[in-house]
Amino acid sequence: MKNIKSGNLLFAILFTIISAFLISQFPDQIKWFKKTKLTSQPALWSAIGLIGMTFFSLIHLLLNFRTSNFKTELKEGIIWIRSVEFAGWFLLYVILVPNIGYLFATILVAPALTYRVGYHDKVMIACSIITGLFIVLIFKTFLEVKIPGGAIYEFLPNTLRSFMILNF
Amino acid sequence: MDILFSAFEILLRWDVLIALLIGSCGGVVIGAIPGVGPAVAIAIILPATFSLEPIVGLTLLLGIYGSAMYGGSIPAILINTPGTPVNALTTYDGYPMTQRGEGRRALSLAYSASFFGGVFSILCLILLSPVLAYIAPMFGSREIFLAALLGIILVITAHKGQMFAAAMMASLGIFVQTVGMEPIKYSKRFTFDQSWLTGGLNLIVVVLGLFAISQAILLLVEEDKRAKAVKVTGGLFQGLKELGKHKRIAAVSASFGVIMGMIPGVGEFTSQFLSYTYAKGSSKTPEKFGKGSTEGLVASETANNAVPAAAMIPLLALGIPGEALTAMMLSVFYVHNVNPGPTLFQNHLDFVIALYISLLLLNVLVLIFLIFSTNSLLKVIQIPSRFLGMSILILSFVGVYSLRNSFTDCAVAAGFGIFGFILKRLDLPIVPIILGMVLGEIMEGKLRTSMMSVKSPIDFINRPIAFILFTIIILVILLQVRTLWKNLKKR
Repeated sequence: MKNIKSGNLLFAILFTIISAFLISQFPDQIKWFKKTKLTSQPALWSAIGLIGMTFFSLIHLLLNFRTSNFKTELKEGIIWIRSVEFAGWFLLYVILVPNIGYLFATILVAPALTYRVGYHDKVMIACSIITGLFIVLIFKTFLEVKIPGGAIYEFLPNTLRSFMILNF
Repeated sequence: MDILFSAFEILLRWDVLIALLIGSCGGVVIGAIPGVGPAVAIAIILPATFSLEPIVGLTLLLGIYGSAMYGGSIPAILINTPGTPVNALTTYDGYPMTQRGEGRRALSLAYSASFFGGVFSILCLILLSPVLAYIAPMFGSREIFLAALLGIILVITAHKGQMFAAAMMASLGIFVQTVGMEPIKYSKRFTFDQSWLTGGLNLIVVVLGLFAISQAILLLVEEDKRAKAVKVTGGLFQGLKELGKHKRIAAVSASFGVIMGMIPGVGEFTSQFLSYTYAKGSSKTPEKFGKGSTEGLVASETANNAVPAAAMIPLLALGIPGEALTAMMLSVFYVHNVNPGPTLFQNHLDFVIALYISLLLLNVLVLIFLIFSTNSLLKVIQIPSRFLGMSILILSFVGVYSLRNSFTDCAVAAGFGIFGFILKRLDLPIVPIILGMVLGEIMEGKLRTSMMSVKSPIDFINRPIAFILFTIIILVILLQVRTLWKNLKKR
């Protein structure tokens, strides 16, 4: 066995509960077809996946049961919850892009996030703005990836609007 | 010969050559930054390659894949931090050499060994191509099903000490790929009446969440780290000469890399471990291993760089990816309606050879790039980790959002990002989830097709290759049960 990190028991418990819940939903969430071979049943591979998830998570749970400490497990759980904040930053960025445009959203979110994670000096903030600008130029301007223009661009004069929609 | 000319015709285009240059140099830079790695970079850039031609997109991705490990050896040798996970073994002998004041020699030797491993592997594969073109058509639905099943089993068993966790993740991957509308009977599976789940969970969205967003969150949540400044003085050419003294170790390690690379789910770690063990066992000075042995450094760097080209074999010949990076590349084929598998080797051997030549070229490009840019790359290593996390999060957006401009995709990716972050914190394997998704889909389709022509279960293995694959599966399972039983008795 590898060195067990704290949090494994908590993870195993949560994973087992979710797997068991999904198994309990099996009759409602999947259709069983009569006069159809087992290998052609749409339910077969969902069942294989779910049974595997439940069975192996139970073993993982048993393996971690004796070696875990409640306090450190809880501490690790709190770190997991902290990660939700950064997923939130990501989604905020996703919401901002179609409204204020890719360029403005990027040069707004990048320095704000840089400030949030502890870099308060001007150099790092400037670096984050340059990084954001560079990313926009590479992906939107040069590689022309499909990112729509921001709703804010509608307020711009015609020629500038199409330039901004195409490039930023 | 005609095939070779045709392959050059595919390759010698400005867009392909630019993709090769960007991929190979970019891959080195990405590999040199601890905390990024090729998986994150490929996941982010993948959707952008969908608008490119398959050869251009694949050359770009192959460039990153094949060159990242070269770059990864720089921080491994100079600051004892592997740039990519597979460079971990390089720290054993590379860093003690730096401590002795031989950093330049270690880097030079690592570049030369990596170059030898990469070129050796590609040459083997070019020579093997006619054989593969002969064997690949013998793989029908049932053989591909059994090969995919073997792939899943090997991925699980390759995670020594974490086998049950790997099996748990592979099962999750198999389940996740079934969510949504089933394509044959058109029945919904685990959609909970949610319209956004009807189309299923997109592989790229899951990959971006598990690899890129999770890595960004990990870097943002954990303590800020910044590598110390190191400077390498002197030329970097002497390694090529010094490699000549370790010809045998280099050749054996490259062979291990080729063989292990071809087997799905095994890859760099096993080939490195076998090569290192062989080098130590056959060395006149085994006591130096782990303390700055040049033989140890050659063994680990040659073996890991021989893998990428070989890992393309199951993908191109059978359409079965052996690890996460080739699984991502599979989606490039699918987007362009090119089906990798037996017919690719039969009908488009020139395309396959073109890919191998591009790998050969990238090794030359990378070596030249590294010889002249090592000191500049040392500055890249010093980017603070939380700043890197911010950059990855911003970049991840392009990957997910450019797919379908969907907020739902981004929310799903963020969810998988948190899940991936938890797995990384716990040191649990992520790759089996991706392989479970890809191989699960292949197994479902191929089993259904093959059972149409099978009357009794024994008919399933009545063809030679099917029988061989089935026997290997049984042997691998029996060996694992035996090992588990022995471990249980020891306790």
